[in-house]
Parts: sequence; structure tokens; C-alpha cells
Amino acid sequence: MPEKPRLNREDVAHVADLARLALTDDELDAFTGQLADVLDHAADLEALDLDGVPPMANPLPLVNVLRLDEPEPGTRADIRAEVLDAAPSVEDGRFRVPPVLGEAP
Amino acid sequence: MSARSTADAVRAGERSARSVVEEHLAAIDAREDEIHAFNLVMADEALTQADDVDRRIAEGEDPGPLAGVPVALKDNLCTRGIDTTCGSRILEGWRPPYDATAVERLVAAGAVVIGKTNCDEFAMGSSTENSAFGPTRNPLDTSRVPGGSSGGSAAAVAAGFAPLALGSDTGGSIRQPAALCGTVGVKPTYGRVSRYGLVAFGSSLDQVGPFAASVEDAALLLEAIGGHDPRDSTSIPEASPDLLGVLGQGVEGLRIGIISELMGGPDQAASVEGIAEDVRARVEQAAEALAAAGATVEHASVPSTIYGLSAYYLIAPAEASSNLARFDGVRFGLRVDADTAPEMNTATRTAGFGDEVKRRIMLGTYALSAGYYDAYYGRSQKVRTLIQRDFSRAYESFDLLLSPTAPTTAFPLGDKTDDPMLMYLADVCTIPSNLAGHPAMSVPFGTGDDGLPVGVQVLAPALAEATMFRAAAVLEGTAP
Repeated sequence: MPEKPRLNREDVAHVADLARLALTDDELDAFTGQLADVLDHAADLEALDLDGVPPMANPLPLVNVLRLDEPEPGTRADIRAEVLDAAPSVEDGRFRVPPVLGEAP
Repeated sequence: MSARSTADAVRAGERSARSVVEEHLAAIDAREDEIHAFNLVMADEALTQADDVDRRIAEGEDPGPLAGVPVALKDNLCTRGIDTTCGSRILEGWRPPYDATAVERLVAAGAVVIGKTNCDEFAMGSSTENSAFGPTRNPLDTSRVPGGSSGGSAAAVAAGFAPLALGSDTGGSIRQPAALCGTVGVKPTYGRVSRYGLVAFGSSLDQVGPFAASVEDAALLLEAIGGHDPRDSTSIPEASPDLLGVLGQGVEGLRIGIISELMGGPDQAASVEGIAEDVRARVEQAAEALAAAGATVEHASVPSTIYGLSAYYLIAPAEASSNLARFDGVRFGLRVDADTAPEMNTATRTAGFGDEVKRRIMLGTYALSAGYYDAYYGRSQKVRTLIQRDFSRAYESFDLLLSPTAPTTAFPLGDKTDDPMLMYLADVCTIPSNLAGHPAMSVPFGTGDDGLPVGVQVLAPALAEATMFRAAAVLEGTAP
């Protein structure tokens, strides 16, 4: 576990940026304190001896589930239009977004 | 009138599905302004669906075991062509192009969807105060919360708006509101009910399950929605369990253990804190009732459950931070325009998510980030293994386990909104079952000192819902 402080304002600003969230200065202060509280509570895990304990990602012994890459019977012909209808902006049957790379126009 | 007797009356042609739906719409009209259980009441759609049930009966068909029974759906279950908000601004205006499997199965069983219920945003919360559309109030005392995150579903059943409701439970979001509103609430075994069409929060923890006013009705509903679904890769390839058939079997000969670590008593060496005295007393009384009915009841130890809360509040946010990455202004609901795509993503997420969701996304992003992954996420996953192992060991000596569902009865609105960590403690008794993937349910058992309901939690090993329901039926029959 990291040395104190568990996380600071700069850490929170960094994760907010990674998570594509913009925070005001006041929010940054409040979230820093609240996230530190959760990490402080989680400090009880530090005392546990976990050597040799395997990590568990899911309760079930998961195996890959495969099927043929074919439309299921009953798949609606208009499903593409319905999916696009639910999006905020579309053009020519595709999702429309602002420029991703390079200079903005 | 119970869901089961309503369905029987409709199937026998003794009453119309339309009259059942009209009666519940009238109940909603009378009190919904005060409670706010729903984000959307589907009056027209419900009446149309009811008329369809009545027409099929007139034509000699049997619409199924839930014929004409109104069901309220948590607003994170996809309904084709109907707003599905997850209590969030970011999904405003989004209408899913498909139904969740659980919804599809309800309709196939003859049920009538009566509305979409309010919840904490993306099911993150324990009081339903984190909804972007305002809080739901507890029908038993409107100054109190209904619990959460499925608070709208719990309130809808408690207020008589619908005999049945569906919720989702990632860390207690069905059982805790059920306890606070005095209803039955069930989290099935992970994989028992399809997650297809449930908007994902913590994919290794999420499970859809029933709310009902009685154990029998909860059994009826779980039978209808359970069973294998090829559209969910984590769906267990087993048929839905027979529950109605075992309800009368009693608990004679069953070995039941009270989880010492979740009782918080002064005599316990290591236990979670914050379990109220009146709640503890009811759980002890419930244990006595089970013993009087022929079960062997003893104290049980599941030591690592005391670490459940810490592990959960790193694992669930980690999964949430990944799952909620899809809400980026491209495919669903809200978009806040900007000059570039990354700026648009940020503007949309900043405007669309509420504080609790932002908190968990950041916590999860941090727990998964370079340099902290092993210390936080990796460590929590190992603790999860310990919890599952400790349960397995306990189930060598016991058939079922018992604990409080929630540490206290329903608390006042606003009581914990300024202190997220305090709010998280409301889930301390329910979280271990999600981490282990086991079934657990809350059964109302008397009231606390304030006259509000107390829920007793019955926990069972994976796929042992039938045994769990037998004990629940005994508790219901002996509740003070």
C-alpha cells in the first residue's frame, strides 16, 4: 500500500482526466477528501496475509461461451435503424462525432 | 390480494386483467406524488397489455402463471421503445431497441408492466437519494428513505402500487430496500437470472431479482424470470428452480448458523460495527423461531466477511469505471457538443453524471491505475477469494446462514448524503453474498424501536434457493 497521504488533489485531478470528467476546484477538494475516506477504510485489508491466495474475478468458473456468428432467428431487419435512432447524432447510417484526431475545423 | 391469487382469479376468468391494472393505477394516483416510486408510469401501455391478456383468456388461452399481475421494473432494465434512464441525466431520451430477458419472460408469463421505478443513479447508492430525478420516499414514513438502490421498486410494492417488482442487487440493492420498506427481496445466485438487458454496474456482482409482499409471491416471480439464457455468457445452464413446491416443507432438521461477524454484538471478538441493538434482537428472535420450528441453530463464523465492505468498494467501482466508459455521448442519450471528440466526451460525462457516479468512476479508475492496481484492485480480488472460501467452510456445517439485512431501520432523508462512507456502511451485511456469488434474501421480521420494519437476511450456498425459501416461509409465518 502507498505511504500517506493515500491520495492528494493532483491524483484526483489525474484520474478525473483519465475518466473524462471535468471538476471545479471545490469539487476537487470535496472528492479528494471523500475518496481518501474510502481508501482509509480499505486500509484494513493491508494487515491480511494474502500470499498464495489467488485473485477472484467472478464467482463462476467461467469458460468462453461461443456460438456461430449468425443472426439469431427473429432478429429484426430494422434493428440497425432502431439502434441509430437512439443515438444523439447520426449521418449516413453511422454515429456522427466531432473530429477525434488532429486540429478541430 | 396476493400476486398468486390475482393471477389465479384472472386465469379462472373471475376477474379481468384490466380491472386489476385499473385498481393499481388508482393506488398510484392516490399516493405517487408523495412517494415518487416511479420515473415513468405506463398507464396506457399497461391497459393495452391487460386487454391483450383478457382477450387471450376469452379465446381459451392460458396467458401464464403471472396472468394480469402488474409488475414494476427498476429503471435500469431495458424496455424496448420505453425510456430507460438508470436514474441518470446521461441516458435522458434513450429508448432501448430491445427488452431485457427478465422483462421478456415476465411478459411471456402474462404479467403486465406498469412502470419504471426510480433508483440511485446507475444503481449506486443505498437510499435512492442519488437519482437525478429526485428521491423516493418510504411509504411507511415519508420522512425516511426507502433504502436503495432499488428504492422505487421496494416502495412500489410497499405502497401497493404493484404486487411485484424487479430490482437489481450489486451489493444489497434489492435486500436492503426490501428490509427498510418491509417487503420480501431476493438476490438470486449469480448467474441464476439473466443479466441481458440489465444496464451493467459491476458485472461480476450484478443480479436481477424480485420484490414481493410475501415469500410465496417472491417465489412465483423468481420462478418466472430464472433459468438459463444463451444471451448472457455468465448465465448458469440450469432450469429455473422449483420454489413454490417447497414452501410448505418447513425447516425440520436444517442446520442454520447466525453469522457472528455480522451481528455486531459486544460479545463478538471481531464483528462489523454499527448493527443497532433492536435489529440484532430481531435476528436473535428469528433464530429462535427457526429453532422452535425444528432447525438446529448455532453461531457460525465467517471471519473474512468483516473485510467485505472494503473489498467491495474497490471492486465494484473498478468494474463500474469500465462499464460506464460507454456513456461518452456517442451512442446513447445525452450529448453536450464540443469542438473535438475528447472534449465532447468530457463535457457530456461531466454534465450527465451525478456526484456519486463520478465518485465511483474516479475511485475505480484510481484502483485500476498504474502503480495502484496490485495494492487495491488485486488485493481486493484476493480478499474476495477468502470470503468465498470462508463461506464454503461454514456451509460444511450449516445449510443456511442468518444475519441482519441492514444495520438499522429506515433512516431520515438527508441523514447520510454528506458522508459517502457512512452511506456505504448500510450495505455491510449484504455485500458478502455478492462477492461470493451466493443467493440471499430479506424477510420482514417485526419492527425496530421506531416502529419501522426490520429485515432478517437468510443466506444460502450457490443454487440453494429452494432451501433458502423454506426458511423464509417459516420466518414469514412466525414474524411478530
